[in-house]
Amino acid sequence: MALYLRWPAGVIYTVPQSQRFIRAGTRMAEYSFLSLLRNALSGNEDWKPAWRKPDPRPTYDVIVIGGGGHGLSTAYYLAKEHGITNVAVLEKGYLGSGNVGRNTTIVRSNYLLPENIRFYEHSMKLWENLSHDLNYNVMFSQRGVLNLAHTPAQMDEHARRGNAMRHEGGDAVLLGREEVARMVPGLDMSASARFPVLGGLLQPRAGTARHDAVAWGYARGADRRGVDILENCEVTGFLREGERVVGVTTTRGEIRAKKVAVAVAGSTGRVMKLAGIDNLPIESHVLQAFVSESLKPLINQVVTFGGGHLYVSQSDKGGLVFGGDLDGYNTYAQRGNLPLVEEVMSELLAMFPNLARVRLLRSWGGVMDMSMDGSPIITPGPLPGMFLNCGWCYGGFKATPASGWCFAHTIARGEAHPLNAAFTLDRFSRGILIDEKGQGATPKWH
Amino acid sequence: MLIACPYCGPRDLSEFTYQGDANRTRPNPMSNDQSAWNAYVYERVNPAGDHREFWQHSGGCRAHLAVIRSTLTHEIKSVAFAREAAK
Repeated sequence: MALYLRWPAGVIYTVPQSQRFIRAGTRMAEYSFLSLLRNALSGNEDWKPAWRKPDPRPTYDVIVIGGGGHGLSTAYYLAKEHGITNVAVLEKGYLGSGNVGRNTTIVRSNYLLPENIRFYEHSMKLWENLSHDLNYNVMFSQRGVLNLAHTPAQMDEHARRGNAMRHEGGDAVLLGREEVARMVPGLDMSASARFPVLGGLLQPRAGTARHDAVAWGYARGADRRGVDILENCEVTGFLREGERVVGVTTTRGEIRAKKVAVAVAGSTGRVMKLAGIDNLPIESHVLQAFVSESLKPLINQVVTFGGGHLYVSQSDKGGLVFGGDLDGYNTYAQRGNLPLVEEVMSELLAMFPNLARVRLLRSWGGVMDMSMDGSPIITPGPLPGMFLNCGWCYGGFKATPASGWCFAHTIARGEAHPLNAAFTLDRFSRGILIDEKGQGATPKWH
Repeated sequence: MLIACPYCGPRDLSEFTYQGDANRTRPNPMSNDQSAWNAYVYERVNPAGDHREFWQHSGGCRAHLAVIRSTLTHEIKSVAFAREAAK
């Protein structure tokens, strides 16, 4: 029994006295030193589930399609911020089986454009209090995200972006070569490197979070407030009264609702086709991610490569968690191909040649809803009674709290919050794109 | 993923460059039809199933190809020269 390793965490996240009283009598999971001790002594067979497994009711006020991070946080904030608790979250598989458990866990808000900085900075503030808010340890670790620069032009771009972030109240530090070398000792800082490092842009408040815990914490928080989380409940069609969406048909029967919200990321195309929306400014692509065998502590931040596209961090277990570019072709398959694997590995070795003999432990793929300008869509519509949340490209995880927070506001009030007012579906036809990198309507480059 | 180039035969994915969705119709360049241009530039059918798309055999004969490929299984259903598919 490695119980002594656990008790400090137990003490920190003990349930406050005030909440304990409310929860006396519930049979849902609580985590404290006492519960750890009690369950350790009884063979860990008496843990209670963190959320219920209810049967669908015939009607709800709001249905949220998609039990990923964004769907669960939407339900949580609907209940917490707007008092709407008659809510169902429909998940086609099991909770955490989609992108919320497939990302590389990076949380940051280092954007250039005001709409994005404000939105992601709001997300960062929610992250900073998330473990306390949910009373669930999401292991948010503000270890910093360091974007490397390899050319003078890249240093200029980093300075510009850093200033834009600070202008909007974020945090950013421009580092020179020596500071980067001190901060990341494993990095190839030699002048003979293929892309010699000149410096970097550090966001100290950025970092990583335990992605499963984020899903479980939001699920428990929403469930506690009365939200029904319906797993293995795939939407097979929409119920319509004229134009208006009034519910869904699912593998677990028909469910009606006053409002139907769609937050299904990579499956957006598939689900919206069921509602008769055949064209969207979205393409689905696969992004692969990788974990190496465990190593002793080597990389203390999230480090991204500026000579290509690679991001790496080291998990608490010691594995290097990293990823790179999309495979680059439309797909709904949650797996990629080998040429991209080779490219990602070569980029990692260009940064850290000392990792050449480290073995890869596992790799996987997730389906990304790539929008035409690289920015998300959080909006009422496109049909009456419907709300749409999509276009997360491969940056959806860090947005989880703010996405749910803004989407909940949009659903509850029927109109966007100022933070997501720019993330409309019609911005493409109106010519007011939010194209962070100015790359145009080629989703594989975003 | 192997793509059978009509000129070179079956070749590895790494020889090809993806050129995107081939389901779109480019309006007449002189057209002022905003909705047609919007549809061409920004709208995608993004199907879960057979997808018609352009590839270029950039690491080989450099021919532009029109390919039908399943986005669920990555199976290549047909490959043709893009200029012939455009006729």
